[in-house]
Amino acid sequence: MDHAMFAYYFRLGLRSLRRNVVLTTLMIIAIAVGIGASMTTLTVFRAMSGDPIPRKSHRLFAPQIDNWGPNKPGEQSEDQLEDQISYIDAMALLKARAAERQSALYLTQLFLRPPDPKQKPLKVAVRAASSDFFSMFDTPFKFGGSWTVSEDDNRTAVVVLTRDMNDRLFGGINSVGKTIRLDNEIYQVVGVLDDWQLIPHFYDLNIVPFGKIDELFLPFNRAIDKHMVNVGSTQCKSDVQAGWEARLRSDCVWLQFWAELPTTVDVQKYRRFLHNYAAEQQRIGRFNWPPHTQLRDVMQWLAYRHVVPNEVNILLLVSFGFLLVCLLNAMGLMLAKIMGRAGDIGVRRALGASRGAIFSQCLIETGIVGLAGGILGLALTGLGLLAARSLLPKEFVALTHLDVADVAIAVSLAVVATVIAGLYPTWRAAHVQPAWQLKAQ
Amino acid sequence: MGISPILSAMRRNKFGAILIATQMAVTLAFLSNALTLIEHRLAWSGRPTGVDEANVFVMMSESVDHTGDAAAHLATDLAALRSLNGVVDAYATNDFPLQGGGWAETVQLTADQQTPSAFTAYYFADDHALHTLGLKLIAGRDFTVDEIAVRTENDAPPVSGFIVTQALALKLFPAGNALGKSIYVENTAASSPIIGIVDRLQGPYTGATGLTSTFAENSVLAAYRPIGESSRYMVRVEQGQLAGVMKSAEKKLFEIDDNRTLRSRSMAELRAQAYRGDHGLVVLLGSICAALLIVTAFGIIGLTSYWVAQRRQQIGIRRALGATRRAILSYFQTENFLIAAVGALGGIGFAVALNLWMVRSFEMVRMDNSRAIGGAVIMLLLGQIAVLWPALRAAAIPPALATRGG
Repeated sequence: MDHAMFAYYFRLGLRSLRRNVVLTTLMIIAIAVGIGASMTTLTVFRAMSGDPIPRKSHRLFAPQIDNWGPNKPGEQSEDQLEDQISYIDAMALLKARAAERQSALYLTQLFLRPPDPKQKPLKVAVRAASSDFFSMFDTPFKFGGSWTVSEDDNRTAVVVLTRDMNDRLFGGINSVGKTIRLDNEIYQVVGVLDDWQLIPHFYDLNIVPFGKIDELFLPFNRAIDKHMVNVGSTQCKSDVQAGWEARLRSDCVWLQFWAELPTTVDVQKYRRFLHNYAAEQQRIGRFNWPPHTQLRDVMQWLAYRHVVPNEVNILLLVSFGFLLVCLLNAMGLMLAKIMGRAGDIGVRRALGASRGAIFSQCLIETGIVGLAGGILGLALTGLGLLAARSLLPKEFVALTHLDVADVAIAVSLAVVATVIAGLYPTWRAAHVQPAWQLKAQ
Repeated sequence: MGISPILSAMRRNKFGAILIATQMAVTLAFLSNALTLIEHRLAWSGRPTGVDEANVFVMMSESVDHTGDAAAHLATDLAALRSLNGVVDAYATNDFPLQGGGWAETVQLTADQQTPSAFTAYYFADDHALHTLGLKLIAGRDFTVDEIAVRTENDAPPVSGFIVTQALALKLFPAGNALGKSIYVENTAASSPIIGIVDRLQGPYTGATGLTSTFAENSVLAAYRPIGESSRYMVRVEQGQLAGVMKSAEKKLFEIDDNRTLRSRSMAELRAQAYRGDHGLVVLLGSICAALLIVTAFGIIGLTSYWVAQRRQQIGIRRALGATRRAILSYFQTENFLIAAVGALGGIGFAVALNLWMVRSFEMVRMDNSRAIGGAVIMLLLGQIAVLWPALRAAAIPPALATRGG
């Protein structure tokens, strides 16, 4: 079909749509509300299920080691593995240095006394991590950099601040070398991050995974040395004596662990290393069950931990069900509309229009309806997201916004779905018998 | 008039009829599942905690530099709170209902038991706890002041006794003889007796799905006073004095020691925050359900109107041959009923299948079959309401139309 024909059919389509304003409006509204509802939830879903670290997600791995054995209390994951690791195992993995980079981590809370005495003391969320943390997760630094391996080993009192925290404490200046007081001890700032947020923060999914958690970072060994209490999740299989040392010796799982493995060979090696480690634990009698270990990359980890809430999945499903109903609806209305014009079509056929010509003309007409429905649906999606933002917990939707990809998805979904829904009515139109229709007139 | 002429007319409009029936089936399937979920979340978020929620608030106090004697601080704070105007009672706890997460434990009846008998929330409480929360003791007795042991990060002495909820008592001892029995909680080296049973106290968890939702009413109160760098006080006030006392309590505690941070939350605030997601889901699903019904109704109106328009002349002829308006009306109503019945039947099957699949994939709640049948009734009614307007228009077609050519 050449350009002039397309333009002509487009004008014909518009004219035909204008002739029955009520039906046309109903069709457009039906498609628009369907697109609005499904795009609203799809946008939320896409924001939650995206790759948080696209360049490295296939190189970063979370090892798991079964240190509880059979007869676990509580709800078990499908593969009967704990989703965090114990201090004993974390230290063993750190010491082995079997990956290119590795870090044990956990979340704690400390009191921070701002350098400016006029500011009130505040409780801050602190990430205890090994020095590899920053290079492993590609954190951008605004000033300074990570602490060194020896600073971690020597339990040196150093911190890295997030940009927000640096703005708050130091008004955004280069604070490297300055000091802050955390739980009554002096820490020296060695680095300040630039804006950095992983969505979801896959490395620790024990807290609502969509939001900001860490406000500052300090060396893992320092945190352990100073008995900084874990504020994430702690799960223990057997009784634990009170006290910090007992916690470290226990089978409690409360640490996250990440390893960077650049090549598939490294991954295989690391799998073998984990297996051998568990086998060794069995040999020395710490585990009295066969080795059971696992290694998952970021996207596998997110799927394994079901990071997208079931509620969002259900909403997505229901709203696509709604879109289906809206399309069935538009299909019926289109059928009514096109068959109502059977007379016109008959005349056009009698005057020499081919079936293909009638088909293309009706197709363009449904395309116009789809396009209009998509654009209106996009506006409704904007409203829907506003509603979702005011209704759902803020961590869920603070990150949702319409981007170019969403706009493209919405409009093309509307046009494609409408055209598909319009195929049958269009086909029926193309098969109108000219003679029969003229006779009936 | 029988239904056979309707069927033969429908045969000429197969596609439209199938379209309406399909639309109704899909609507029914999603509607009944969405309503099931709405119903569940409303019931879930509406459960009473067992606490006198209107008159209780929680205060979280954290000492900034961890200086001084934490036990002495706690005792001073509690004495001050209890003597405050408008305060009924107060105590220190580790966790509280509607908190969102908290300490969970397993309960065993014997020391070497492999599978625990129950899961439970684990609260620390003293002799003021029941009075502060407004819990109803239905068997046994309250803690006494000398039973309460001090619990710190580094010291967990044996506990003298437990008060448990009725739900947990019956789970552990279905015969109803839990009082006086010894159970193992937290510590499998030593058991302690159940000294009292309260009718109801919800755990701190609020998630509607997952493991914690399966033991939401199981709670153990252990005779401990938690001492640490941070303290959580539960405070009960006299009727209607909540807002005032929340302010005066903060002022009082800051007077005692201002080297701390304080946060106060009423149970009502905690409830709103805890179920925000559930309520959001209810509103979003509810809106989609309403839109589903409206869209389906418009679909029926649209297609039926088209059929009426298509058959104007035949309707005129039938009227001229003696059919009453009532007969024309009932023709379209019967037609719609037949289509809707087919749609509803298919929809019930689809609804059940969809539910089974969602239960497996997304921890969806199981749908009661009555909901699908209820949905089917709604579909039949919706069809009848939607068809009324086009059917009335059809009935209004004058017989004279038959004599005019097209």
